[in-house]
Amino acid sequence: MSNFPSLSLVPAASEAQSAKDFKSDQEVRWCPGCGDYAILAAVQSFLPSLGLARENIVFVSGIGCSSRFPYYLNTYGMHSIHGRAPAIATGLAASREDLSVWVITGDGDALSIGGNHLIHALRRNVNLKILLFNNRIYGLTKGQYSPTSEQGKITKSTPEGSLDYSFNPVSLALGAEATFVARTIDSDRAHLQGVLAAAAAHEGTALVEIYQNCNIFNDNAWEPLKDSDTRDDLLMRLEHGEVILFGKDKGKGVTRTSEGHLKVVNVADVSSDALIRHDAHATDPGLAFALSRLSDVYSLENTPIGVFRDIQRPSYDRLVREQVAQVKERQGAGDLQDLITGNDTWTVK
Amino acid sequence: MTKQVVQISKVIIRFAGDSGDGMQMTGDRFTSETAGLGNDLATLPDFPAEIRAPQGTLAGVSAFQLHFADHEVLTPGDQPDVLVAMNPAALRANIGDLPAGGELIANTDEFTKRAWEKVGYAANPLEDEAFLQKYHVHPVALTSMTVAALQDIDISKKDAERAKNMFALGLLCWLYNRPFDATLEFLTDKFGKRPTILAANVAAFNAGWSFGETTEDFAIQYEVNPAVKKAGVYRNITGNPALAYGLIAASVQSGLPLLLGTYPITPASDILHELSKHKEFGVITVQAEDEIAGIGAALGASYGGSLGITTTSGPGVALKSETIGLAVALELPLVIIDVQRGGPSTGLPTKTEQSDLLQAMFGRNGESPVPVIAPKSPSDCFDAALEACRIAIEYRTPVFLLSDGYLANGSEPWLVPDASTFKVIEPNFATETNHVDKDGKDEFWPYLRDPETLARPWAIPGTKGLEHRIGGLEKANGSGAISYDPENHDTMVRLRQAKVDGIANTIPLLEVDDPSGSARILILGWGSTFGPIGAACRLAREAGHQVAQTHIRHINPFPSNLGEVLKSYDRVIVPEMNLGQLSMLLRAKYLVDIISYNQVRGMPFKSQGLADVIIEVIETERATA
Ligand code: SF4
Repeated sequence: MSNFPSLSLVPAASEAQSAKDFKSDQEVRWCPGCGDYAILAAVQSFLPSLGLARENIVFVSGIGCSSRFPYYLNTYGMHSIHGRAPAIATGLAASREDLSVWVITGDGDALSIGGNHLIHALRRNVNLKILLFNNRIYGLTKGQYSPTSEQGKITKSTPEGSLDYSFNPVSLALGAEATFVARTIDSDRAHLQGVLAAAAAHEGTALVEIYQNCNIFNDNAWEPLKDSDTRDDLLMRLEHGEVILFGKDKGKGVTRTSEGHLKVVNVADVSSDALIRHDAHATDPGLAFALSRLSDVYSLENTPIGVFRDIQRPSYDRLVREQVAQVKERQGAGDLQDLITGNDTWTVK
Repeated sequence: MTKQVVQISKVIIRFAGDSGDGMQMTGDRFTSETAGLGNDLATLPDFPAEIRAPQGTLAGVSAFQLHFADHEVLTPGDQPDVLVAMNPAALRANIGDLPAGGELIANTDEFTKRAWEKVGYAANPLEDEAFLQKYHVHPVALTSMTVAALQDIDISKKDAERAKNMFALGLLCWLYNRPFDATLEFLTDKFGKRPTILAANVAAFNAGWSFGETTEDFAIQYEVNPAVKKAGVYRNITGNPALAYGLIAASVQSGLPLLLGTYPITPASDILHELSKHKEFGVITVQAEDEIAGIGAALGASYGGSLGITTTSGPGVALKSETIGLAVALELPLVIIDVQRGGPSTGLPTKTEQSDLLQAMFGRNGESPVPVIAPKSPSDCFDAALEACRIAIEYRTPVFLLSDGYLANGSEPWLVPDASTFKVIEPNFATETNHVDKDGKDEFWPYLRDPETLARPWAIPGTKGLEHRIGGLEKANGSGAISYDPENHDTMVRLRQAKVDGIANTIPLLEVDDPSGSARILILGWGSTFGPIGAACRLAREAGHQVAQTHIRHINPFPSNLGEVLKSYDRVIVPEMNLGQLSMLLRAKYLVDIISYNQVRGMPFKSQGLADVIIEVIETERATA
C-alpha cells in the first residue's frame, strides 16, 4: 500500500525508487533557464515518495511548453490536445481506480482554451492532480499575453497593451468549489514538494498553481516573490491552523473589516484575536477565496502561497464505482441475452 | 351488432395531433400490439424540435406513421391509408399525403372556427362537400366522448381530455382487431402509482373500443394476418436502443468495460439514456460539460483499456473533430456515433439526413483516415455497433458509426439474436517488451506494428515495464519518440492510411440482389435508405423492370469488390438524403459516372418516387441503346 490513503487503490512499488527511475530517455527541450526544469526535477525527486508502482502513474498534458512534461517522466503519459487534458484524464481516472493520474497544464492551456474542462473537473472532484504552470504568457506560440497576464501588458499581440482583465487561477478554482487548491513557486523546491505531497494525499481533484518563470518571453514575472530582498515582505505563507503572519519579522497579519472584508494590517495595530487564522478545512470556500483576492496583480504584494483549501468530498470516480457496485449488488451482473431479448417478445414457430 | 370482417394484406396508419396529444405514445402502443400479432412492420415518428410548440399550430404537429402487413415490410410507407387527425392543424399538415379515397378519422370536437381559421382554412374542411367526396371521413367527437366516458372518475376535465389519445387507440385497436391486454399492462405499469389516471386511461381505451364496435360509421373491421417470418423470438426495436445494446454486446465480447463520454444532443440522447440504465454491465456514462469533454473522457478511458464511446449528432461531431484527430494519431480504439440530422448548423434537430458523410470522412486537419460504417435499419444498428467496436479494438483506431434520425426513432421487428453466437473480440493488450535497444536492453516500442494488420501494440497503464509516452505530435515509426523527420512523416502518414485501407480484408464482399440475374441498372445506397430503395426495387420489378440492388455498410474502407460491382452495370443510381456525398466518393475512387439522386427534406425517401427514377433511367437507357 502507498503511504497515502487517497492512493490506497493504486499498487505500491515493489522496490525502493529514486528520482533517476522517473527520468525518461528523452532529451529535455525547454529553453535553457526555463522554470520548467526546476519543476521537473522537483517532481522527479518527489514521485518516489509516493511509493507507487511507476507503471500505475499517468501524466496527461495539453499543449504548451509545460505540456511537454510527460515526455520527460518514465511513467505512462499522454501529450494530448490544447486545453483538453482534464477531460481526457477524467475518463481515465473514472475508469481506472488503480491509477494515480496527474494533469500538467499552463495558464493558456487550462484557463483560456481549456477553461471549461478545468472548472468542471474541479466541481466534479475527479481524482486528478492538476499542476498548472503559470508564467503569465504564451511561450510556445512565442510571446502573446495569456489569461493571467496583467492588464496593459505589452506583448507581441498587444503592442499598445493588453485590454483583458486577468484571471487569478486560485480564485477561479475556489469559485468552482474545488476541494483542494494550492499555490507554490517553481524555484522553492521544499515548498513545491510539500504542496505536491498534500495534493497527492487529497482524494479528488487538486489544483496546484505553480508560479513558473518563462525567461524568454516574460522573464522575472515572479521575481519579487523570489528575490531574497523582497520576498518575505510580499509572500503570505499559509499554514492550516496557524494565524496568518507574514512580512519582515512577521509584522503583518490579516483581519476582517467591519464590512466583512479581509484586510492586511500591521500586527501591532490590532489585538491578536482580531487576526485571521488559516483554516484550509473550512467547508465554506469564502475565507480562502477572500485570501486569494488580497494579492496585487502588478506589485505581487500580499501573495498567499500554500494550501488554500483542502476539504473532504467523495471523488467522482469513487461515486461512479459505488453506483455500479450498488446496481450489480441489487440485480446481479448483467446477462447479455436477457438484455437484448427484453420483456416484450413474440415467438414465430 | 355483428360487423363484417375483411382480410387485407397491409395498412398504413398515421396518427397526427398536437405535440402534447400523446401521438408518439399512441403510435408506440399500436405498434407493440401489432408486433405481438406477428405482422411485419416499420414505423416513422415525425415530431417537432420544440417540446411543446404552440397548441393548434402547424409547427406543433407531431405524427407517427406505422406500416404493417402480412408480408415483408421495407418502409413506413409513402402515404397513409388511414389518417387520424386530432385537430385542424394535424389535418392541414398531413392531408396532402392522404390519397383520394383514404380514410380520415377526425376529432370533430377540435374543429372549432377558431381552430380551423388558425391554420388557414376558410371554412370547416369537415363540412366541405368536395372534401367529403374525396376522402372517406369518419367524424368522431373524440374529446367529448372521452370526457363522457370518464364522468364517474374523479378527475379534472383537463385530465379527462388528455386521455383522448387512448380513446383513439381503443378505436383503432378495434378497427384492426388488435389485442389490448398488453396495452392494459403497459398502462398499469406507467400509471400504477396514480390509480385515477390509470382508471381514466383504461376507461378511455375501452370507450374507444366499444365505440368502434357499436357505431354504424365503422361498418367493417379489418384483419391483417401475421407475416411469414423466420422462426424465432422477436421483439420490436428502435435504432437508438439497438445501438446501445450493440455497444454493450461489444463490451461483453471484448471483456473491455464500456465508458460513454457524451453530451446530450437530439437525436442521439436516447443512447445515453439507455446506456445509463445498464450499470449491471459495468457501463460508465459520463455526461460531460460539452461535446469535446465527452469524447475526451471516452478517449481517456480507451487509453486506460476501456471501450471508449462517444455519441452525438452533426454539430457535436464538428466540436469533436480535434479529438478524433488525436485518436488517429494515438491509434487508440474509440467509437464515434453520429446520429445524423438535418444541417448545416442547428438545422433540423428532429429530422433525418445523411449529410455528415463527408464530415466523417474528411472533417479533420491533416491526413486523418477514419473507418466509417453505417447501419441500414433500426435493428441493424445492433450489428453495426458491434462491428464498429470490433474494428476499433482490433485496429486501434477511431471508427465513425453513422446512424440517422430515421433509424434512431424508427422501429421494426427484430429476430433476437443468440448471444452465444457472437464472436469474441480480442483486445490483445501488449504485456511484454517488443524491441531491444542498442545496449541490448529490452524496451517497448508503442508504434511497432503488427505486420499483418498494421495495428500498433496497445499497452495500458499498469503494465509493468511498458511505460511509454504518446501524443499528438508526429512519432518516429516504431519507437514512437517525437519525430519531425520528413521521411518519417511521409512513412507514418502512409502507414496510417494503409492500416485503415487494410480493414477491407476483414469485411465481407458486397452482395448484389438481382432476382432476374440480368439487370443492367444497379441502385446502390448506404445507411437508412435501405428500406425505401428495397421497396422501390420491388415496385419497379412488379412493373416488369429489371434492377439490381446493393447497399454499402462499410464506407471507409469500401468492400474490396465494390469497383468490380460498379463496373459490371451500365448505369448506377445512388439515392442519398444529401446532395451526393457518397456519389462524390464513388466517382473519385472508381471513375464511374454515378447518377446521383438526392433529396434533403428531413424525411426518408418515398419508395414510389424512387421507383419512378429507376424506371426513368431504365427507359432512357433502352431508348438510347
Ligand atoms: S518559451 Fe518560456 S516557458 Fe517555454 S520553454 Fe522557453 S522559457 Fe520555458
